[in-house]
Amino acid sequence: MEKKEPVLQLKHVTKRFGEVAANEDISLDVYKGEILALLGENGSGKTTLMNLISGIYFPDEGEIYANGKQVVIASPRDAFSLDIGMIHQHFKLVDVLTATENIVLGLEEEGKLDLKKSAARIEEICEKYGFSMDPSKKIYDMSVSEKQTVEIVKVLYRGASLLILDEPTAVLTPQETQTLFGVLRNMKQDGKSVIIITHKLAEVLEISDRVAILRHGRYITSMDTDKVNAQELTDAMVGHAVSLNIERPIPKKPRDRIVVEGLTVKSEDGVVKLQNVGFHARSGEILGIAGVAGNGQKELLEAIAGLQPIESGSIRYLDEDGKEEELVGKDPQAIMELGVSLAFVPEDRLGMGLVGNMDLADNMMLRSFRNGKGIFTDRKAPRELAEQVVEKLEVNTPGIATMVRKLSGGNVQKVLVGREIANAPTVLLTAYAVRGLDIHSSYTIYDLINQQKKSGVAVVYVGEDLDVLLELCDRILVLCDGQVSGIVDARKTDKQEIGFLMTSVGGGTDAQ
Amino acid sequence: MHSKTHDKTPVFHISRRTGLPWQKALGIRFAGIVLALVVCGFITMAATGLNPISVYGTMIEGNFGTSRRIWMLLQNMSILLCISLALAPAFRMSFWNLGGDGQALMGALGAASCMILVGDRVPGGVLILLMVLASIACGMLWALIPAFFKANFGTNETLFTLMMNYVATQLVAYFIIRWEVPKGSGKIGIINQSSKAGWFPMIGGNKYLLNVLIVAVVTILVYVYMRYSKQGYELSVVGESEPTARYVGIKINHVVIRTMLLSGALCGVAGLLLVGGTDHTLTTTIIGGRGFTGVMVAWLARFNPIVMVATTFLLVFLQGGSSEITTIFGLNQSFGDIITGIILFFILGCDFFLNYKITRSKTGKEAA
Repeated sequence: MEKKEPVLQLKHVTKRFGEVAANEDISLDVYKGEILALLGENGSGKTTLMNLISGIYFPDEGEIYANGKQVVIASPRDAFSLDIGMIHQHFKLVDVLTATENIVLGLEEEGKLDLKKSAARIEEICEKYGFSMDPSKKIYDMSVSEKQTVEIVKVLYRGASLLILDEPTAVLTPQETQTLFGVLRNMKQDGKSVIIITHKLAEVLEISDRVAILRHGRYITSMDTDKVNAQELTDAMVGHAVSLNIERPIPKKPRDRIVVEGLTVKSEDGVVKLQNVGFHARSGEILGIAGVAGNGQKELLEAIAGLQPIESGSIRYLDEDGKEEELVGKDPQAIMELGVSLAFVPEDRLGMGLVGNMDLADNMMLRSFRNGKGIFTDRKAPRELAEQVVEKLEVNTPGIATMVRKLSGGNVQKVLVGREIANAPTVLLTAYAVRGLDIHSSYTIYDLINQQKKSGVAVVYVGEDLDVLLELCDRILVLCDGQVSGIVDARKTDKQEIGFLMTSVGGGTDAQ
Repeated sequence: MHSKTHDKTPVFHISRRTGLPWQKALGIRFAGIVLALVVCGFITMAATGLNPISVYGTMIEGNFGTSRRIWMLLQNMSILLCISLALAPAFRMSFWNLGGDGQALMGALGAASCMILVGDRVPGGVLILLMVLASIACGMLWALIPAFFKANFGTNETLFTLMMNYVATQLVAYFIIRWEVPKGSGKIGIINQSSKAGWFPMIGGNKYLLNVLIVAVVTILVYVYMRYSKQGYELSVVGESEPTARYVGIKINHVVIRTMLLSGALCGVAGLLLVGGTDHTLTTTIIGGRGFTGVMVAWLARFNPIVMVATTFLLVFLQGGSSEITTIFGLNQSFGDIITGIILFFILGCDFFLNYKITRSKTGKEAA
């Protein structure tokens, strides 16, 4: 351990935003040829710290040393010249250009632009680290994982020896994640250092050599991965012991609540998003929806919620007495007026579920503003509901008069879920309910979903973490390319089967 | 690898403020105005050699010097505020209504047409009622057309409302020629000068008081509407996020059209107040660009109707003041505009300091 040489050292680095210290007095070393996992709850300052290293933010205090020399990183260009490259969560690629063109874009190389030579060098890099990529393919023809490959190769092409990856696996299938990890291991062999931010503990344990933990903007500790387990990591991250088991009660008297048949949805430009989808969502049961992001999950939930124009098919709602209502062709207000209490936690929380520029109380009002007397809104009930949600779900906010966009991701989600379950729903639709949430908040959300299940709500849970889907749901529907490729019993299946269904259009066995 | 480059360390950096106490915010605004006056003072001295104190004195004199001037100030404020109040809900809805001029002009046309066509044939009260209805209907129509196309075909409302202004001007120009008095003059002149039919009643012998009172009531109504009504809430949600509006079942097209009808109606009222209340005539320039000044009033006040009273005062005061100094000191008209421009620049500049603060880097000192 002693002879390891640090390629990057942070000493007493502090970054404040207003009164809030996002990073406070952080000292951290990164060694040559290691994979360091950066772990921490949301708002613990991981991304801020990485942005300091990659030149997006500038520290208020503290020093940064690269290869033993003190350096100033005032811009991403400075970071590049220090061979530091960051792969952001949101890709920064030009769609109409090829992989090669994207990779050389912005590089100031001597002489004429020689794309053939660049392509050859790219092939070389791919070969060396085990990427599979076609340098002449256009970005718009690429899958998410291919785009990510382009981003990584771009950084390597520029000669980076320290790579920072911000939640790289969030958008990948299990198989793609394995490929990525293989590449990361090859880089390690080559003496490159990698910092990886991820929320998934299983991945931390699998890929990293060392784990550094941040909590509330402070550096807590770093541990060698082979000497810790998931429970220890969680405890260190949260600061107290947390139970990692997700409860899964047996559904009580499940009855069909939503029956979808032959549902076909097209996007505005005529692309088929869902094709002939059919399933039953039952009361007191959690139906998981698995699939690679963008395979129709969003459209499916929005179709049920009355937000998608529907080509053909039917979505029927069955109430307690077995009375049926057709939801196709009705907008959210019409569905509400039918007496169908439908709660929907959409994927884009601030873009669809909430209004970022309004405060907590006004956001509660989104569902209830029509209840006021005459032409006026009732402001008292939403304010009380906001107080309740803040208290019950432990929302961390200065008060209910704070604008929602100023809250952290986990708190935003608590506000949204709190409002949606306040109306005693009979159907709860959630899309990526824990995306971007830390462990603690995620478990709060799982608990809330389970409570709804126990009180007889039909829950549809669109998720991306297969481990969670397998633990939380009763049945899992797998979508691939807008079609149902299988509905399986979550208690009897495994990751391999689901991973296979996720990539086989319409294939697999239908358990229904 | 690069060698040490400490010179790149920024000397200061800018960060976002959170939770600025209102006293401090007010202080920053006040400092901005003081600074603006000082800068204007230097520019006045450098450019004209006049004593800035006497120039400012003249500006105050021009607005408050006589009771007539005070009433003029109030009247100008009323009309500008009325149009600004009309624009505020549309802007809050993120519907960029630049057609305030045209909508108000159509309102004026509506009122004037009643006075001219049926002025002597119906009792006074009925005539005024007709004027009210006609001006509101005309203003609404002029707002409805772009709103309809926006809601149904997604047209660009900025261009559409802007172009509607020119159509309104041409339309009014046509009617002025039709109704010109005397023939061939190209003007309408004072309408019903002898019968005073359709002239708004004076309150306590004061010509402007009624307008001021009406706009005061409108201000309160718009404030309550935007803040406490369901419709006001709906239009805010639509303005902030259309997907969220759809998510809770708000019918966006419906809200767009409804809000623009309100916007047009209030612009129509502004036209009515000008024709019926004070000017008693119709010209193509009767609105005087207030549809655009109103955009500034509304934005400066962040669409808060109560704050808009203050921003209206500021703009009307500057306008009145600068025209006074150009006459008294024999300066070019542009000089008043320069002063107005500088003052507005500083007031808008305050926003930067309200939202951000500048701190010296500690790293810079340590590294040096």
